Amino acid sequence: MSASLTLVVVMAVMYAAGVYVMLERSLTRVLIGFLLVGNATNLLLFLMSGRPGTAPIVTGTASDADMADPLPQVLMLTAIVINFGITALILALIYRSWWLAQLGDEGDTLTDEHAAETLAGTEESFRSVTDDEAASQEDLDASEREQASGRAPASERDPADAPGEAMNR
Amino acid sequence: MATILLIFAAVSALTPLLTRWLSLRVFYVIALLPAAAFVYTLGQTPFVISGGSVTESVPWIPALGISLSFRVDTLAWLLALVVTGVGALVLIYCARYFTADEPALGRFAAALLAFAGTMYGLVTADDIVVMFIFWEITSVLSYVLIGHYTFKRASRGAALQALLVTTFGGLIMLIGVVILAVEAGTTSLAAIVADPVTGPAATWAVLLILVGALSKSALVPFHFWLPAAMAAPTPVSAYLHAAAMVKAGIYLVARLAPGYADTPGWMPVLVTLGVGTMLVGAWRSLRQYDLKLVLAYGTVSQLGFLMVVVGFGTRDAALAGVALLLAHALYKSSLFLTVGIIDHRAGTRDWRQLSGVGRTAPALAVIALVSVASMAGIPPLLGFVAKEAVFTAFLEAALAGDGWGWVALVGTVLGSVLTVAYSARFFWGAFGTRVSLADTALHPARWDFQLAPGLLAVATVLLGPLIFLLDPVLASYADTVPGGGDYHLALWHGFEPALALSAAVVLLGAVLFWRRQGVSRLQGRVPAYIDAGQGYGSTVRGIDRAAARITHFAQQGGLPQYLSTILVVFVLALGFAAFINRSWPDAIVLWDYPGQVVIALIMGIAAVMAARVGERITAVLLAGVTGYGLVALFAFHGAPDLALTQALVETMTIVVFVLVLRRLPQKIAQHNRPMKRRRRALIGVLVGAVMGTIGVIALGARQAPSIAGEFPRLALEEGHGRNIVNVMLVDIRAWDTMGEISVLIVVATGVASLLFVSGRNADLPRMGESEKRRSLMHRRKVVADPHAPSDGHAVTRQSWLLAGRTIAEKDRSIMLEVLVRLLFHPAIIVSVFLLFAGHNEPGGGFAGGLIAGLALVSRYLAGGRYELGEAAPIDPGKILGLGIVLAVGMAVVSLFFSGLPLESAYFETSVPVFGSLSFGTSTIFDVGVYLVVVGLVLDILRSLGSEVDRQSDIETDPRPRSQQGVEASA
Repeated sequence: MSASLTLVVVMAVMYAAGVYVMLERSLTRVLIGFLLVGNATNLLLFLMSGRPGTAPIVTGTASDADMADPLPQVLMLTAIVINFGITALILALIYRSWWLAQLGDEGDTLTDEHAAETLAGTEESFRSVTDDEAASQEDLDASEREQASGRAPASERDPADAPGEAMNR
Repeated sequence: MATILLIFAAVSALTPLLTRWLSLRVFYVIALLPAAAFVYTLGQTPFVISGGSVTESVPWIPALGISLSFRVDTLAWLLALVVTGVGALVLIYCARYFTADEPALGRFAAALLAFAGTMYGLVTADDIVVMFIFWEITSVLSYVLIGHYTFKRASRGAALQALLVTTFGGLIMLIGVVILAVEAGTTSLAAIVADPVTGPAATWAVLLILVGALSKSALVPFHFWLPAAMAAPTPVSAYLHAAAMVKAGIYLVARLAPGYADTPGWMPVLVTLGVGTMLVGAWRSLRQYDLKLVLAYGTVSQLGFLMVVVGFGTRDAALAGVALLLAHALYKSSLFLTVGIIDHRAGTRDWRQLSGVGRTAPALAVIALVSVASMAGIPPLLGFVAKEAVFTAFLEAALAGDGWGWVALVGTVLGSVLTVAYSARFFWGAFGTRVSLADTALHPARWDFQLAPGLLAVATVLLGPLIFLLDPVLASYADTVPGGGDYHLALWHGFEPALALSAAVVLLGAVLFWRRQGVSRLQGRVPAYIDAGQGYGSTVRGIDRAAARITHFAQQGGLPQYLSTILVVFVLALGFAAFINRSWPDAIVLWDYPGQVVIALIMGIAAVMAARVGERITAVLLAGVTGYGLVALFAFHGAPDLALTQALVETMTIVVFVLVLRRLPQKIAQHNRPMKRRRRALIGVLVGAVMGTIGVIALGARQAPSIAGEFPRLALEEGHGRNIVNVMLVDIRAWDTMGEISVLIVVATGVASLLFVSGRNADLPRMGESEKRRSLMHRRKVVADPHAPSDGHAVTRQSWLLAGRTIAEKDRSIMLEVLVRLLFHPAIIVSVFLLFAGHNEPGGGFAGGLIAGLALVSRYLAGGRYELGEAAPIDPGKILGLGIVLAVGMAVVSLFFSGLPLESAYFETSVPVFGSLSFGTSTIFDVGVYLVVVGLVLDILRSLGSEVDRQSDIETDPRPRSQQGVEASA
């Protein structure tokens, strides 16, 4: 199979431009990048159908032999409509973030909320697990201690459920 | 057997409900199920006794050769009896152990019953993959059961520990299971064992499986989870940690031993770790003051013992192993249940606070005495018979010159001495009388509390003398181990070396118990060795923190950095692949037709400029140019459907952009632009270059002809349509379309919920009197236009658009209103035409829906949000819903007719204006697509149009909304 070099080049240019804008922080620019990359990807699919042909509509005449490959077309048709949907969704996101922030020029730049996350915060989230484990270890150690340390091995019953416990004290 | 498992699953699911009605009595009801399984297994005895097996198989995943196959041979029969018998008794015990106000009783009962079923499945499964699934289910259920006291830290910690350790082992075991199944070419355990796989792969597989077995059965170095798991309620300890779950590892080793005991590494691993575990467990058991922990460490010790015996790989050792397995299950669960009763009645398990329990509860003491004696190996109990057999087997092997035989013999004899000592210490501790303490007051309990441990103790007593009944059955398993042997399980073998060993063990153990003060001092002097439990803790903490650090390292730069990371990896990976590629297309043409270069040039320039301009609307328009360029390319290339759709979408995109951008600042915020510009440009150029290269390579890589060759015929004959693209969308590849419209619905809902935060179903604003005017009588009445010159003619002048007068006069364009008025209805007709014509000509649901959407867009642009409400007075959610219902309905209905979802049926008819129409059920599907697209556009307009209008009105007009509404309808 072969294809036109012109199309390959323009696809590469669109990818390059798209990625370049996409890497900015502003959501609007990300969206512009998304549009360019989306179109470039459609072009890539398009390339896979090879050289031009007639429309993939069965006419029953000799021109059917030159028909373009319909399969990439179906894939692209789906992609085009979904691209539109996602574009609308990102636009809604942009508007929403601007509406919430109402910060004028900085409206569609998001602050990085992860910046507030520190290692100390993560440590905090492990504490519960660590404490559970320490408590489990403590129960084991208590049973080996020479002196009964006042803390009897944890009975499974709540003191209220076990009258014997009350009598022990 | 599969039926039994199904019943287990169903009853477990119902148990929480039953518990609400029956409270504690539920345990008696659900105990019937394992009891029934016990009886059923007993009924299989005749098949098993003859050395045969009962099999059953239901195909499950034929592609992988996995089936739900079950097989009861001697080993499975024995284990099945143990898990169902002890399971039933433990459930009965639960009814007395818990009180009716126990929190989460239903969950507990359900989990325990499900566990019994899972164990039954584990031991009877013949398919190694199915067995592994049951294996992992037991780990998860044990997490639920150990963590029953969710409010206790120790309980949660122990549950997590047990889960992590056993699933870690399970994961490693899975690798072994897969290797073994692949090497053997079958997943049947029986076949894998009968025809052992050899070679390095098999060795690794078996060793990996052993890791799983060792972790499940709590052998060194995984032994620490079992004592910690004593935080569980005692019935759980008695069942999971004495009779069932920890036996799974032993079972697996016993199952594999006949075929794999001579695998390199098997013997050293099992004998060393087994003996080590036996000694470590017994040593630590001697130090405990908590009765339950005495038993827990004792169990660790006994599991090590069992592992040595069942893994030893001689016929006599195998026979001794299964006998010991049975003996251990009986005495250890009985002892756990006894401790549970003491704990329940005395309120403590610390034996330093117990005194005179033997006198106040004599029956309990007798039960415990029988079980403890069996554990210590005192005749005439089952434990004695088993231990005799073990010593004889090891002695024979050792005398035959087997080095590992000596290690096993000496290790287990030493371990047994310690076992006798801690057994005696346990009984003395639990039931003895301490002079310094007053007799412990016991909370009264019903006699049947002791039923379960009592029955287990009776079995221990009876099976000692009656072992000759069991011997032939168990021997049929042992005989599968190659090598031969003629040992028989019996109470009395005459004066043999093994008897002398047993006597010496009991004697030495008694001495250790008698000199317990000295032993205790000695233990205190031995420096604390490395504590595996602490080691586990620091490992888990280390992993947690490392994960946190890596996450922080990798994710601190925000979206651009993540994208760059992904793209750089992409460039490196695909760039490398492109670099080593050797297949290039035969021929590359510069262009297909000269015009292509012009179009491409425009697109390229537009793309580069779109990336550089700072104004939003300019950038959007430039990006749009690349889209329209695609339209031209499609049109020249023979893709009319694509050209049509792309043109409509591109137009719609620009409108939607404008709707949102009118509220945003004109210039795009530029925060970090100058800084990282070069890096971004570099990544961009690299990605572009790689994509271009990949595109060329992909063109050259194709070897087979396109599958499209068949499509014209398929489209005509199967799809009754001439437009192949449309037929593919609604028929040949309709599932793809179904997925796509689902995405569109999600997107529409997402857009709406981002704008209508308080609720999606807010109605579109309507004109006040519109309901009235829509009725037939008023249809022709002229609508007064308040903005028209009011010199008496106002009433006779007609408004071109209904809601035109709600717009401020300066914003109105009469030209636009007239045009929209004239074009709207033809546009809708065209859209419907495209929808139905699409099957044979360019068009279809997507294009039609987009045209209808554009018609709505024009109504909105000309007449504002009230006009939109008048143009489409339906909730877009309902349109979307109707669309997907039509599409899914088509799929479901065709199921009833042809058995295949989305299969179409056709009839042809002639309709005036439209011409001859071949109407198929696929057209209904296309109508669904049409409606979804219209719904999406309407949702976008309603959100990004009307709602944004309203929000900006609020900003500029501080009056409450209701007042504005009044004005609008005025």
